[in-house]
Amino acid sequence: MSDLTKLSLAEARDALRRREISAVELTEAYLDAMAAGKALGAYVAETPDKALDMAAESDRRLSSGQPRPLEGLPIGVKDLYATRGIHTQACSRILDGFRPPYESTVTANLWEDGAVMLGKLNMDEFAMGSSNETSCYGNVVNPWRASGSGDPLTPGGSSGGSAAAVAARMCAAATASDTGGSIRQPAAFTGTVGLKPTYGRCSRWGMVAFASSLDQAGPITRTVRDAAIMLASMAGHDEKDTTSANVPVPDFEAALGGDLEGLRVGIPREYRADGMPAEIDELWQRAAGWLEERGAEVMEVSLPHTKYALPAYYIIAPAEASSNLARYDGVRYGLRVAGDSIDEMYENTRAAGFGAEVRRRVLIGTYVLSAGYYDAYYLKAQKVRALIKRDFDEAFGQVDLLLTPATPSPAFPLGSMSGDPLQMYLNDIFTVTVNMAGLPGISVPAGFSSDGLPLGMQLIGKPFDEATMLKAAAHIEEAAALDLEPAPWWKELS
Amino acid sequence: MSVDRDTVRRIARLARIRVEEDELEPLAGELSSILGWIEQLGEVDTSSIPPMTSVEDMEMKKRPDVVSDGDCVEDILANAPEREGNFFAVPKVVE
Repeated sequence: MSDLTKLSLAEARDALRRREISAVELTEAYLDAMAAGKALGAYVAETPDKALDMAAESDRRLSSGQPRPLEGLPIGVKDLYATRGIHTQACSRILDGFRPPYESTVTANLWEDGAVMLGKLNMDEFAMGSSNETSCYGNVVNPWRASGSGDPLTPGGSSGGSAAAVAARMCAAATASDTGGSIRQPAAFTGTVGLKPTYGRCSRWGMVAFASSLDQAGPITRTVRDAAIMLASMAGHDEKDTTSANVPVPDFEAALGGDLEGLRVGIPREYRADGMPAEIDELWQRAAGWLEERGAEVMEVSLPHTKYALPAYYIIAPAEASSNLARYDGVRYGLRVAGDSIDEMYENTRAAGFGAEVRRRVLIGTYVLSAGYYDAYYLKAQKVRALIKRDFDEAFGQVDLLLTPATPSPAFPLGSMSGDPLQMYLNDIFTVTVNMAGLPGISVPAGFSSDGLPLGMQLIGKPFDEATMLKAAAHIEEAAALDLEPAPWWKELS
Repeated sequence: MSVDRDTVRRIARLARIRVEEDELEPLAGELSSILGWIEQLGEVDTSSIPPMTSVEDMEMKKRPDVVSDGDCVEDILANAPEREGNFFAVPKVVE
């Protein structure tokens, strides 16, 4: 076989089990792709020795005929998952030098199932950003370029490294995390599949916390089937996370296939945002048509509080972040900058360790939680959040799934929005409602913009019904039938 | 809600982040524009709505009150910027 990195996760799994390829060969192919892809900036730490050891163990298990579900499959890990003894910084200077003495539950589940770790992937600092430009390691570059242009585009954020590495075939799949759109927006910008599971589906234990009531782990993959395979291994109840749901994990891959007879799909009219590019609106209608052709019934629904989700999010997420990030004090781990008193040491450490966006959000969060403002901001936002959730509950009385665009635009040029925080926040307009209501959402590539950039559609499911969402997403993927391999221009630069 | 320099200085102090004098004004502007945009939540009537406490109705799990982990002082101190014996070391806090 020529280039093993061209195989999807499912194809590689099947080829390994048929013993047509070895896990070591597959891992070496990815390590070569990583070496040739440094210009993209997707990895912040590479673990080739560990990868080859894990792959050798996988080959032993494969030859003994007892492969585990992800046996020998090379995976990249977002830098916010704690990996024992290995670089874990959530791409923040404040965690300089941190090597966790423990492993996150999600990554432990993946290694338990036989996956091979290639390294840690770049991201916005503490997952705060929509362009991967807030990382202390610098931005990631999108493997996709607009037709006829060499201008570097953002891969999206915060899981920009995960999305770029999957799109550029520098890992077979990646872990990511989503607080307001951080899996789905970068997936949409890179022609990959991004799945944000129901809140509680995956354990948050060992993930660097941003906003605990919104954060959720999920995969970025090349295909819908690959997302189903990854989720099955990542998910599961965990005693160590009180918000982890004690519900059965279905065989998501087995749920794929069959037509959509009897499925009711809602189109939320409030998502028809002012100024939405015509090509995105057209793609949305085309995707609805594909689902109808395959048996689904498509109808309009209303989610009246949609426009308030983003402003409410920008109270709740910074408030929770200011609280979660209080632990970075220069005492127990990470960066310390000296000061004459302990308070001065805290202040100097946090000034040097946090980047501009993280500082901005910690300050907003501190403000909205400060004495006299709690009711006006945080409590108000949690009430609006209850209304957003109620909108979804009512819509799901009529339909099984919702179909929306994933993003209001294709990938934008690096640097074009970094000076305007509010403009950047609007990137999450279609994704953030899902986090506010704790629902599962998936972004699936559905077409290209007029200048050749990938565009994603989002499906939103009922709580813990990722299976139906994946099944419908696979139909969109099949109907769109896109060639999602970007031309590897970066190999000439590395 | 408009935020001024003194407010930025006060919340930066609460957040234990040193902010230089010349950064106060630009930060006040950024925070004011974000908080101004958030003001639109005032349009929503929430007088009869209880605040959300959890996205899914889930009973709080309780585990048995037993020691399940421990005896790992070296692990806990492994990342300490400064230690003395089995303690984290910090600048002097009591005279």
